[in-house]
Amino acid sequence: MDLFEYQGKQYFARFGIPVSAGGVADTVDEAVAEAHKAGYPVVIKAQVQVGGRGKAGGVKLAENADEVRFHAGNILGLDIKGHVVRRLWVEHASDIAKEYYASFTLDRAAKKYLAMVSARGGVEIEAVADEDPDAIARLHINPAIGFDEADARQLVEEAGLDAEARDGAVEILRKLYRCYVEGDADLVEINPLILTPEGKVHALDAKVTLDDNAAFRHPEWDEFRDIDEFDERERLARSKGLQYVGLDGFVGIIANGAGLAMSTCDVVNQVGGRPANFLDIGGGANAEVMANALEVINSDTNVRAIFINIFGGITRGEEVANGIVTALERVEIGSPMVIRLDGTNAEEGREILKKVESDRVISSPTMLDAARKAVELAGGATK
Amino acid sequence: MSVFVDENTKVVVQGLTGGQGRFHGLRNKAYGTKIVAGVTPGKGGQDVEGVPVFDTVAEAVAATGANASFVSVPPKGAAAAILEAAAAGIPFIVCITEGIPAHDEARAYNVLVDQYPGTRLLGPNCPGIISPGKCNIGITAGEIALPGGPVGIVSRSGTLTYQALYELKQLGVGVTTCIGIGGDPVPGTNFVDCLAAFQADPDTKAISMFGEIGGSEEEKAADFIAKEVDKPVVAYIAGVTAPPGKKMGHAGAIISGSKGTAQAKMEALAAAGVHVVNNPTEAGLKMAEIVKEL
Repeated sequence: MDLFEYQGKQYFARFGIPVSAGGVADTVDEAVAEAHKAGYPVVIKAQVQVGGRGKAGGVKLAENADEVRFHAGNILGLDIKGHVVRRLWVEHASDIAKEYYASFTLDRAAKKYLAMVSARGGVEIEAVADEDPDAIARLHINPAIGFDEADARQLVEEAGLDAEARDGAVEILRKLYRCYVEGDADLVEINPLILTPEGKVHALDAKVTLDDNAAFRHPEWDEFRDIDEFDERERLARSKGLQYVGLDGFVGIIANGAGLAMSTCDVVNQVGGRPANFLDIGGGANAEVMANALEVINSDTNVRAIFINIFGGITRGEEVANGIVTALERVEIGSPMVIRLDGTNAEEGREILKKVESDRVISSPTMLDAARKAVELAGGATK
Repeated sequence: MSVFVDENTKVVVQGLTGGQGRFHGLRNKAYGTKIVAGVTPGKGGQDVEGVPVFDTVAEAVAATGANASFVSVPPKGAAAAILEAAAAGIPFIVCITEGIPAHDEARAYNVLVDQYPGTRLLGPNCPGIISPGKCNIGITAGEIALPGGPVGIVSRSGTLTYQALYELKQLGVGVTTCIGIGGDPVPGTNFVDCLAAFQADPDTKAISMFGEIGGSEEEKAADFIAKEVDKPVVAYIAGVTAPPGKKMGHAGAIISGSKGTAQAKMEALAAAGVHVVNNPTEAGLKMAEIVKEL
């Protein structure tokens, strides 16, 4: 789960990482009230999960209430690369002497954590990474051992942070590491990490991605769930606990396992169709899950045919078949469907499906044939 | 021959008394796998259809001589279960659990590397391993695999692993061992480990590899194949049509920029002399053609 900046800052604050005083505003009046609390001058920042919001006019400085009204009014409702701004973060504007960069994430190739610190933070950090990789100090951390003060000090020295910033940066790095590990984040990133003219170091931005697999030990994450970012289909799928990604085609896809689901999208494309979505019902999916999946696909008006591609391992064929039967009883499925069922208990499943087979509910033995049939039922291949 | 597991593999199932553990553990047993013990803390002394249950892996090993573990434990306790098996001296651990927190997984992997170098972990979040006719640990339906070789299969995706086995069976092509390495961020066993094992196995004459978008393991495999593998390799990469930047379910399947795209992986593999195909059916057909000419 990606957090918005304001949520990331709230999460940082839990671990004692210094952030600017500020508040959330959904209206112009709220923005003025938050600005008053934070103290002028303030920065008004669009809360969207996409980069480049500054260049798009989503970050503005305001010296007084009139300027807050003007800018907040402009930013709310602004479309930034397809993300409509519904919420603002208003914080006291910081004086900036220097901008640094700090992050922790998993380096999958090394199978260890990777800490990165740079004295050249700010909007151009990706260009710095490309053009001058040595300007970013890197340290691999063994997750079984951890990250201590000496590691943090080594990093800030290697990165060449200014002498007056080093103690503050070391302290923040240690807290940021705790936020990363104890906070069960996949990524924590501060860009920029700033040094003020008074010699204070603090986080001016916050990028946090939480590990959804760890949600069971973080009941406090519930408050972060903001589903405004999803499209309507994704919102429905999410509420039913399904792995769903909306695409722009016309063949609805339901498969078990991310690999098979991706492969199913590929094969539909190869035979001239276009997938309307990627939907992975996961391992061990039962009748209820299948029925939910069909409801989500059914809600998509672009779908002209449905391709259900199940290869049973943990998922059992008869459960899948029962789910399809249940779904057909529960909702009127608007599109014809092709079902390809194989693997664990597939024969039992196919037997159950015979009850509901018709010219709109078809079984097909192979993935390629099923894909062809689904595309045909959807009205044929696109040119 | 086969790799990693064979008819002499004796398996303890951690979580045998749970729903999934019981279903798949007993199914593995019915396939002919030597399932010698189960472990569930607090349930020692019971049995599951004749398979004795112990409180700890160490007790199970002492009583039965188990030399492999099948971890079917919920995400909360899975990392601890893996480390318990390693501490009990189990050299081969298969973990099918999906949804283990990334930090638990990264820690467990590094503890294994540092403290139990003799232990190999397969997974987590994988379908397991099957040496057809000899041993099946995990969730693969055994009847979809034809025993006897000469093909070794390694796959990152569970359902594509079954698809790979099934396509070959339809064509009458047998398999020495089929390994599902799983799509999690920190897999215990990767493509290169499996390619090396297949290269060393005299009965495996050709290798089928199923990858997917995200990460760089397929690119590493391509490097390894170019340098170390002289057996023919067929590869399929899922996710050609995945939109960039969208997360497609697996923690592993994330594309960033051009790195990790299906196209980049296919090009790297083709450059290493691998037969790169466009879908699982083609993978089977190409492999059948290769096997015919062996």
